[in-house]
Amino acid sequence: MYRTAYDSDVTIFSPQGRLYQIEYAMEAVKQGAATAGLKSNTHVVLVAIKRNESQQKVLALDQQIGASTAGLTADARKLLDFMKSEIMNFRWAHESQIPVNWLAVEVSDKSQKRTQHAGSRPFGVGMLIAGVDSQGTHLYQTCPSGNYFDYYSCAIGARSQPVKTYLEKHYKEFPTCSREELIKHALQAIKASQPDEELDTTNCSVGVVGVDEQFTVFEGERLLPFDEATMNLERHQ
Amino acid sequence: MLTPAVAPIEAKKKEWSPYTDNGGTTLAIAGPDYAIVAADTRLSNGYSISCRDVTKLAQLTQHCVIGTAGMQADRAVFHKLLRTRVDYFKYKYGKTITPTALAQMIANILYGHRFFPYYCFNVVGGLDAQGHGVVFSYDAVGSYQALPYATTGSGAQLLEPLLDSHIAQRNRTQKNPPMSKDEAIAFVKNAMASVSERDIHTGDFLEIAVITREGTQIITREADGVERIKLGFD
Amino acid sequence: MDAPITRTLEPINTGTSVVGITYKDGVLIASDTLVSYGSLSRFRSIQRLVSIGPCLIGASGDYSDFQHITDLLTQKVDEASFHQDGFQYTAPELFEYLCRVMYERRSKVNPYWNRVVMAGSKQGKPFLGCVDLYGTHYASPTVATGYGEQLAQPILRKEWHPDMSLEEAHALLEKCMRVLLYRDCYTINKVQFARIGLDGQTTIEPPAPLTGTRWEAPLTITLP
Repeated sequence: MYRTAYDSDVTIFSPQGRLYQIEYAMEAVKQGAATAGLKSNTHVVLVAIKRNESQQKVLALDQQIGASTAGLTADARKLLDFMKSEIMNFRWAHESQIPVNWLAVEVSDKSQKRTQHAGSRPFGVGMLIAGVDSQGTHLYQTCPSGNYFDYYSCAIGARSQPVKTYLEKHYKEFPTCSREELIKHALQAIKASQPDEELDTTNCSVGVVGVDEQFTVFEGERLLPFDEATMNLERHQ
Repeated sequence: MLTPAVAPIEAKKKEWSPYTDNGGTTLAIAGPDYAIVAADTRLSNGYSISCRDVTKLAQLTQHCVIGTAGMQADRAVFHKLLRTRVDYFKYKYGKTITPTALAQMIANILYGHRFFPYYCFNVVGGLDAQGHGVVFSYDAVGSYQALPYATTGSGAQLLEPLLDSHIAQRNRTQKNPPMSKDEAIAFVKNAMASVSERDIHTGDFLEIAVITREGTQIITREADGVERIKLGFD
Repeated sequence: MDAPITRTLEPINTGTSVVGITYKDGVLIASDTLVSYGSLSRFRSIQRLVSIGPCLIGASGDYSDFQHITDLLTQKVDEASFHQDGFQYTAPELFEYLCRVMYERRSKVNPYWNRVVMAGSKQGKPFLGCVDLYGTHYASPTVATGYGEQLAQPILRKEWHPDMSLEEAHALLEKCMRVLLYRDCYTINKVQFARIGLDGQTTIEPPAPLTGTRWEAPLTITLP
């Protein structure tokens, strides 16, 4: 549908100065099931929609770092493996956790390389990286283009616009939110991407990390305590 | 004239050995429903004591502890490598590696360094799938065996016969039932205290890891409020 | 033809003992300013205590290797600052890195011929660590390298206590340096002290001779 004469290779600019392949890769992110993240002064929460119950959308990568993805699953796995190895390398050299910012930079640098070499394609995946380090709580978004952004809250993936609208409306409350309030906001936000469907224990997963809390993924039954009213969780028990 | 096929023999160049022995003794016992891994905390450098408080134990999973005598620098890296592998296993397969699988992995890693070995003499303690205590003992290049008890390090020669007598109860006409967990802990304290009397490379503090179904408790240098076990005199 | 692979088989220009202790508000380390060439007192005024980012390091052994290590660590600290995200390595993080570097070189059978002392703070408490050419490392409230391990460490272990004031710590290290000056051939009476506070503030004192040394023939000394 976008087809032009300048989109057959990632190394070819269009006369308007655009790189279509990268833009298409960004489209792949928009096709993926939505994921959102938001942070307070003490916690970061990731939430993701799963189209398939066994899908891994939110992953713990280190003691206080986790990530969620939207886009091509296979590409995501490649990037997650890369992040895990960066994390392990840093631990090897320093016996501590990599600063979250550095990890986002490493991922972006890797993505950027795929936008400048003929014969390769960009990663078709967007990622939210959540973590806590000596500089506080962090939420980063990475793109196939090699861009990365530092957010208070954000959402990517299919039908993420209404999620963003929710987050934009409430983000000023987030810094002082408690862990539970933050999770509730996360669930309510992601729910906006599911106009025809309720959230339940099979179609979403939540990741939580805090200043005094390791990154933990909550899925299935473990989601039940969070918010029964919002999620209508009874259905799938 | 023909040139000689063999190069002339040169005087052997002086070489520096990348190995050093920092001493220390480890001890592990497998019980019916527990495992114990213990070691002293002395770091020796020849005849001097570099540090009195360096751990030889590493808790690898909730139910698995390794104790390593030999060269401290190799041990630190080896333990770090194992921790990394355990962590990666969890990431890759979404579950924690079992002590028996880990025991095999340790052998593989050691053998992987067959031609530049880690100067590490390991004992591993954990619980098997049935919840019974298991102990594995290794040499530096990965030969390993499951045993009811094991000891390695500079005091191993002193400990081994004591263990044969008290745990295996060799050459006894009347055999006692296997030791309970608390009896075993008391035995370990006495046995290691005895070793520290006679082996100059063993001493200072004793660390004991007790592994049960509930998890692992380590009487260690970092535990607050737990009285440290002192070996020998001040 | 390719040049043969060369390795350090012995140190050339060497520094002797470094001693260090933690005290109430930080860590104090000391060394003399001599760098020897074999048994020649070759360089008599070289600073062997260096401040790098969040820590203070000092080393005995080959001085050129120590300078190289200093460069490596400085580079590491600088690279971190280029991120401009407020992150800085802590002393234990840099210490772990140094241990990996030392171990890596020993594994190539081409070690940095040093024993390095590193001082800083760890979670609001003093941190003092030591790593040698094998990668052997430990953290301890008292540390001594070279002859200091035999001559100073016993004194330090006996007299050290955790709530020492700076003055007490200074006096204790002076005592050790005096013993080393008497018994270690490769010393000089020009000693330098450096300290790092819990806030990361470093102070490197100018080198000065030790006071209170006595060199009379034993017969003329009246024993107390």
